[in-house]
Amino acid sequence: MTYITKPPVHHPALQKNAIGLTRRDYEGSITTLCAGCGHDSITAAIIQAFWELSIAPHKVAKLSGIGCSSKTPAYFLREAHGFNGVHGRMPALVTGANAANGDIIYIGISGDGDSLSIGLGQLCHAIRRNVNVLYVLENNGVYGLTKGQFSASADPGSLSKKGEANTMDAIDGCLLALTLGATFVARSFSGDKGQLVPILKAGLAHKGFAFVDVISPCVTFNDHEGSTKSYAYAKDHDEPLGEVSFVPFFEDIAVEYEPGTTTAVQMHDGSKLYLKKVAEDYDPTDKLAASRLLHETARRGEFATGVLYIEPDKDDFLSLLNVVDEPLASLPLERVRPGREALDEIMESLR
Amino acid sequence: MAHTNEFAFKIATANGTGSASANGLIMQAIFRMGIPVTGKNVFPSNIQGLPTWYEIRVDKRGYTARTPNFDLMVALNPATYEKDIQEVRSGGWLLYDSTWPLDTRLTRPDVTYLGIPLAEMCNATFKGPRERILMKNIAYAGALAALVGIDTGIIRTLLTEKYSRKPALMDSNQQAVDLGYQYAKRHFDCPLPIRLEPMDKTKDAILIDGNTAAALGCLYAGATVGAWYPITPATSLMEAFKSFCLKYRRDATKRNRFAILQAEDEIAAVGMVIGASWAGARAFTSTAGPGISLMGEFIGLAYYGEVPAVIFDVQRAGPSTGMPTRTQQGDLMLCAYASHGDTRHICLYPADPREAFEAAAAAFDLAERFQTPVFVLTDLDIGMNDWMVPKLTWDDSYRPDRGKVLSPAELDEVKSFSRYLDVDGDGIPYRTLPGVHAKGAYFTRGSGHNRYGAYTEDGDEYVDVLDRIDRKIQRAARAVPPPIVKTAPGATLGLLTVGGCQAACAEALDLLAREGIAIDYMRVRGFPFVDDVRTFLESHEVTFVVEQNRDAQLRSLLLLETGIDPARLESVRYYAGFPMSAHHVIAGVKARLEKAA
Repeated sequence: MTYITKPPVHHPALQKNAIGLTRRDYEGSITTLCAGCGHDSITAAIIQAFWELSIAPHKVAKLSGIGCSSKTPAYFLREAHGFNGVHGRMPALVTGANAANGDIIYIGISGDGDSLSIGLGQLCHAIRRNVNVLYVLENNGVYGLTKGQFSASADPGSLSKKGEANTMDAIDGCLLALTLGATFVARSFSGDKGQLVPILKAGLAHKGFAFVDVISPCVTFNDHEGSTKSYAYAKDHDEPLGEVSFVPFFEDIAVEYEPGTTTAVQMHDGSKLYLKKVAEDYDPTDKLAASRLLHETARRGEFATGVLYIEPDKDDFLSLLNVVDEPLASLPLERVRPGREALDEIMESLR
Repeated sequence: MAHTNEFAFKIATANGTGSASANGLIMQAIFRMGIPVTGKNVFPSNIQGLPTWYEIRVDKRGYTARTPNFDLMVALNPATYEKDIQEVRSGGWLLYDSTWPLDTRLTRPDVTYLGIPLAEMCNATFKGPRERILMKNIAYAGALAALVGIDTGIIRTLLTEKYSRKPALMDSNQQAVDLGYQYAKRHFDCPLPIRLEPMDKTKDAILIDGNTAAALGCLYAGATVGAWYPITPATSLMEAFKSFCLKYRRDATKRNRFAILQAEDEIAAVGMVIGASWAGARAFTSTAGPGISLMGEFIGLAYYGEVPAVIFDVQRAGPSTGMPTRTQQGDLMLCAYASHGDTRHICLYPADPREAFEAAAAAFDLAERFQTPVFVLTDLDIGMNDWMVPKLTWDDSYRPDRGKVLSPAELDEVKSFSRYLDVDGDGIPYRTLPGVHAKGAYFTRGSGHNRYGAYTEDGDEYVDVLDRIDRKIQRAARAVPPPIVKTAPGATLGLLTVGGCQAACAEALDLLAREGIAIDYMRVRGFPFVDDVRTFLESHEVTFVVEQNRDAQLRSLLLLETGIDPARLESVRYYAGFPMSAHHVIAGVKARLEKAA
């Protein structure tokens, strides 16, 4: 059950981060998902990313919708506030929370049913607003909790566990995000922790909406022959754009690379993202190139992984709202209430 | 017979011709003469071309309910002549544009016709089609000034105030007023027997609509996040909030101490409110019935997850899209029990803009104190029409009730924190805000949870929390504004109403009392009902329940919540979409009395 917590006793030799915490301090309760679920690997990567960034867990708020993926915020960062909302509506909750308090680090966890069907509209508008959140879409192409219906990310021709072929085109979350003006678009695979962890870290450092679509196979309902979201298929068709490394602003590390082999992106907070190129000369700040890549790989039945697009300096939600630096949630009374004289003045104008 | 300061007139025009500014000018001038006045804007769901009316009631006694018959009709829209002529009382007057011959539909022997060549005069005086149309409206305002005796000095002052930065407009407006005024003076016996005499009954009053007043309540309550989706008749609430915030909530550096989020739909709007409240801001949304329907699932989450939220429902005529520009009290049931499963919500029912201001401010305290959604139900009549109400006042010593929120220092002290534990035995648990303290962390969820905040599918644990929430909401009955009660000596009958029916009921009870029918009065202002409501019903043989919806929703709420014998509650309803008039109440009361006799 989700309320079982792991013993808080730690092995004394566990490695500590810059604020003196071990990875165990970033864990939550024990998962209730199926053994081997891709989502649990993503949870592990999230724990690793927060730990490596030395973020105090209580400075984080984790929000989700409904579904298998949306259960996972219970399994990491037990010292962070969690909000398991209604199906497909996490974007609205995180938008409101972000408006109220921009000092909190927001992570939103969603699934393909939650994000691409019932909550598609909310996802689109949260992207448009450039809400400051790391939005992780744990994508398995299937409804797990209701036992195996296709989701909107299921590829055409992909077979269900019962052998039925999906007939409709898939909604590609990354292409959608690009179209809507997302400022950080990435895709990864739950089985590639080495790539996923730096992507998550960069997403957390990003100022604005960081959309990370993670192919995360469902071992129970979508891991069979004929499925394009199975472990076997994902391993065979994952096309990494190259090695991703992230250096947070507080680490003074110079990454050496041969000129022309790596793209370095300066993040808004001073952190650096290094993207080592493999096959082709890929520019992650070129939106058209990202779009072309997604179309081309999809045509081949493959999926490109890595940071597909990044625009580090676009105004985020709070800049667009032009709000004061202090969180609205904690403004003192005298800064929000005009006082009696102002009301008297308004009354005079109504005569 | 002269009717001094006690008459009503109606102006019939086409939408989008600029008549609103002429009508506003007339209203404000009468108000500045110290005479109690009410205006009802009867408008279509349209931007240009469809018929629109403006009704002005002048009443020295201060009655504000809508009147069904008019002493004077300003009939400037041929599309509605047939209907308009029927609404003039026998012996009344009809003002028409005599640029064209009197329409054959406008012939009633018991009505006096006042022809003024408005178009002809304005065409001769003004250039350009738009100006000619606009000034025609100002010209009828000038004619009315002569006909009923509006102080022209006050009109001049109002125009000066309004157009202080546009002298050219000031001149053309004044010219148009003079055209109408002089023509009426020259051709008719002015003033008519329906006339105005200055009084001193408005010096402590203002003219304000309920949406503006509610927005002011939000401003003074310290609301910082407003999320909404545009919908008639609630739109002007958030727009007024925005304009007040731009004036009173900006730093010297022009940074905002507020956030207004125009959402993609009402579902998102209420979600944003819940998210912002969860993070500690005072947040609200303004909507109408269709919006509440969409918000249903989220409202249940906020109820069960115990997150504050303030929701304004400016009711309009349903069901479905219904009549978006007509008034009704059709959401009483919907709001009281919104969302699936066992839910019950705190509702406030202001009767006029002043109460809308007070209810708005109170709603935030109640929402945070009881950690639950709070509805403020007004309606189109309260929200969008101009009401004369006493000036709004504010006590600077007011401190918001932010409810049981543990501070970082308190969290340092406590050994452990459990979100849904009834520590104080009042049904209200303690809550914490995100980003504050590691010990305050908890999981808000709409799925089954126990008193410690952990997920549960255990029946006893689930019932434990659900029952505590029920106790908590029941306790709120004593915290909502108490009912207004007015007893009549010797009365055995009662009349109970809600919200905007107040104006019609007050006038009806006075008229009935004059006929020797004494009735005790109660107006509920909040839900859940306090015990006094049941006591009132039990102490009267029959209570008339007056409301504006087809299904007698208030009566149903009373039956459900008090267990009173249904035979003792006589329903009086009017739900055609216009504000209720006294005669609707009187007819309902008399029908029952005649049946009993």
